[in-house]
Amino acid sequence: MVDNIDQLYADIQRGNENTIAKAISMVEDGTKDAVKLMKKVYRNIEPAYLVGISGPPGSGKSTITQSIVQLWRKENIKVAIIAIDPTSHFSGGALLGDRIRMDKISTDQGVFIRSMATRGSLGGLNSSIYDTVLIFSLAGFEYIIIETVGVGQNEIDIVKLADTTIFVTVPEAGDEIQAYKAGLMEVGDIFVVNKADRPKSKQMVLTIEQLVSFREDKNIWMPPVLATNALKEEGITDIKKRINDHHIYLQENDLLQKNRREVIRAQMINLMEKKLNEKYISPILKDQKFFKHIELICKKKEDPYSVVNELLLL
Amino acid sequence: MSKEDIDKLYKEWKNNKFDKTAQRFGERKKEFKSDSNRTVKPLYSPLDIKDLDYTNKISFPGDYPFTRGVYPTMYRSKLWTMRQYAGFGNAKETNRRFRYLLEQGQTGLSVAFDLPTQIGYDSDYPLARGEVGKVGVAIDTLADMELLFDQIPLDEVSTSMTINSPASILLAMYKVVAEKQGVSSEKLAGTIQNDILKEYIARGTYIFPPEPSLRIITDIFDYCSKEMPRFNTISISGYHIREAGSDAIQELAFTIADGIEYVKAAVDIGMDVDEFAPRLSFFFNAQMDLFEEIAKFRAARRLWAEIMEERFKAQKAKSKMLRFHTQTAGSALTAQQPMNNIMRVTLQALSAVLGGTQSLHTNSYDEAMGLPTEDSVKIALRTQQLIAHETGAADTIDPLAGSYYIESRTDHLVKEARQYIEKIDELGGMAQAIETGYIQREIQENAYRLQKEIEKKDRVVVGVNEFIEEGEGKNNNLLKVDPTVEKEQIKELNNIKEKRDDKEVKDALTQIKKAAVNNNNLMYPIIKAVKAYATIGEISDALREEFGEYEAQYI
Amino acid sequence: MDNIIKVLIAKPGLDGHDRGAKVIARGLKEAGMEVVYTGLRQTPEQIVRSAIQEDVDVIGLSILSGAHSYLFPEIMNRLKKADRSDVVVIAGGIIPEDDHKKLKELGIKAIFQPGTPISKIVDFIENEVQK
Repeated sequence: MVDNIDQLYADIQRGNENTIAKAISMVEDGTKDAVKLMKKVYRNIEPAYLVGISGPPGSGKSTITQSIVQLWRKENIKVAIIAIDPTSHFSGGALLGDRIRMDKISTDQGVFIRSMATRGSLGGLNSSIYDTVLIFSLAGFEYIIIETVGVGQNEIDIVKLADTTIFVTVPEAGDEIQAYKAGLMEVGDIFVVNKADRPKSKQMVLTIEQLVSFREDKNIWMPPVLATNALKEEGITDIKKRINDHHIYLQENDLLQKNRREVIRAQMINLMEKKLNEKYISPILKDQKFFKHIELICKKKEDPYSVVNELLLL
Repeated sequence: MSKEDIDKLYKEWKNNKFDKTAQRFGERKKEFKSDSNRTVKPLYSPLDIKDLDYTNKISFPGDYPFTRGVYPTMYRSKLWTMRQYAGFGNAKETNRRFRYLLEQGQTGLSVAFDLPTQIGYDSDYPLARGEVGKVGVAIDTLADMELLFDQIPLDEVSTSMTINSPASILLAMYKVVAEKQGVSSEKLAGTIQNDILKEYIARGTYIFPPEPSLRIITDIFDYCSKEMPRFNTISISGYHIREAGSDAIQELAFTIADGIEYVKAAVDIGMDVDEFAPRLSFFFNAQMDLFEEIAKFRAARRLWAEIMEERFKAQKAKSKMLRFHTQTAGSALTAQQPMNNIMRVTLQALSAVLGGTQSLHTNSYDEAMGLPTEDSVKIALRTQQLIAHETGAADTIDPLAGSYYIESRTDHLVKEARQYIEKIDELGGMAQAIETGYIQREIQENAYRLQKEIEKKDRVVVGVNEFIEEGEGKNNNLLKVDPTVEKEQIKELNNIKEKRDDKEVKDALTQIKKAAVNNNNLMYPIIKAVKAYATIGEISDALREEFGEYEAQYI
Repeated sequence: MDNIIKVLIAKPGLDGHDRGAKVIARGLKEAGMEVVYTGLRQTPEQIVRSAIQEDVDVIGLSILSGAHSYLFPEIMNRLKKADRSDVVVIAGGIIPEDDHKKLKELGIKAIFQPGTPISKIVDFIENEVQK
């Protein structure tokens, strides 16, 4: 329990690492204090510039993240990284391994790395991620990177929070890219083909360029497709420049605020779902009656439509 | 008796005798499995090897595919080299242990270096703190190497050095020390480990990324083929892959796949395969499954011979011979009831001898708890001497050949390893397979399986999950590395730095960088730098500047 | 409200033997914990900073090189300085019995020898974190 939310707020604002870390844990655990804190944060803080990086495992996201951060650090820009890994459905545990690839920035005083597991709560994940973003913003970080593994719907939802979204892939991922094109191609602002010293990399760049050109939203922003070699730190300045370009583009077209309104809208929906879930659905799921209804439905004595109306008092 | 007759009799036996009896009395386990998780049948018979052609797949010792051994006379002429891995503290102390071991009848040396040396850091580097002289001897400059081999005639002893990323530096030092002793390079015998791929997979003492690392290795191949023809230029190591948790099949497959990658790299730069292949050597683990291990060693020889012939069209018989060193499994040692380890080591060592090893290290029983003492090392050496002289295991060549079980396991291991190698080929070879994390994940899966089996007692480890005694694992008689070693080593390093000619060092380091950029053989400038008493850290840094550093990628 | 135990598994020093660390990391994950693994060659500074930023309940140190006598006190001091002595620190690897007493005096809660079942480590952690 925290005695004083104002004190907590002030400590975060001063950049106290212990406090920032503890506040994020509170948000993750969904404590009452976290709600109190976040009420104040929402009313006072504008989020820092948010970059989402996603892509299949082994594409080199973390290495790219590290290299971009190093560039920002040269300009003395403070950066926070939220590295997200999936929670196991079986055990509820998670293996968070992204720090391995961020060795070079792990002791930089202007960098804060936090690993988070998805924890699979209904809508809860995105709200705690966004709350974490705001906590980092309060602490004075100017850029925040959210890194997710994979290219499924969950990951796409997460990176949608970002102002600039980067998708990283490798030359060999041709078939995968075709399969993902629907979701992924529509939300990416920058595409990166990493490990470009490998064969097929030119082909990959072309494939993505083609897919991107089919995009329905004919915005002015045409997502660039960049070839990089993160291990040799080649092509990173280009990514950094394109993030900047995209930032300027958003500002000039009044899209930054529009995007952020979208995010708030999504946050609202998340929170409502979470609340409804906590208040109405969870208790029902724990009630013995619920299982009896299932039995009766199986025995053809009831039907789900009537039961749901009855349970939710509709 | 014809095969059909045997088959008929076997079925009768199985149905009428074995199954019925087993039904009545039950079997000890629901399933009998080898260490590699392969089903072990109740009985092996001629039927299990009916398709195995003796001439092509087994043959005679010294003949292709060398399944029965690489030499025609094997241990009847010369026993394997008894080579205990040793090194701790400073060069002087290790030199004393070396001479003790030679006095006790050991026939070759094997140097353990401390971690800073293995990763190319000097003893005064910040990350080296607390590590100097701990898992091996600390070497900073040629001066340490001179002390290490003081009064040891390098023309009579063969020396194995467990050094990988900085292998060329230590090899250069060894050559120069010999030169100072008046021993010319072509007389030098021994081995450098020089196997970087397994460092990425399992052991972790890497410095540079794969590409320049492979180039350093092929430079060594090239140099030695010209200047040090008796020296084994690499020891392609399955040992650490097994220690990291692989099974026997994976150990075999990944080691051979590493070998393929090295040969490919050398051939790609234009070397003739028969020029360097005879100096490639291997290094395997001896684990607890006695028969599977024996089969593994035999399978390794056959597989390598076949691959060198099929893929690389090697002409010389020597290019196809897999010669190997064996070490008993460190991971099989238990901290509980440590004396049991003596028996474990004995059985593992026996498998290596029955498998035809060229040299052998036997672990000391106290190594699960710390560094071995002189006494425990002596028992380990005596274990080898006892197998060699009392058991008769060394008196006839490949005595288990023809055993239905051994031959069938040998053949299966070759086939299963080949499946893995095919998969690795599909991924673009070993370097790429490592980069995608495939190899590491395969090993980790198996390591976890082993752990689970032990916890569920599907796998019994005496003293650990069965036959437990309370209050075990105390051993207060361990060797302690003197805590002042680090300070003194740094003092010595500073002394050398003051005495040497700095300009000479600087020039030599510049030469190294030039050679790195211009793709000239690095060995020559490194020898020059070593002679000028440049440190391992300085030489490695020169290379780091040009090559960059490797970063681990996968869990 | 979730209350998931978070653990940092770290390999201090230069030794590259990470089989134990990885097996434990996986075992703890399967026991429902969130496990941060930092990879090889971690300095005391890196380990403590990771522990703080990740706000872990437990740090598990795995070392086989014998450098624990220098590295562990460094880690414990840094934790203390950062006002995070509440983090439960446990260790495993090759650590001679002789050194156990000294390390426990530093505040290391448990030292697990090779051969310790994961379930025992899980029980220990769950117990300590509840306290």
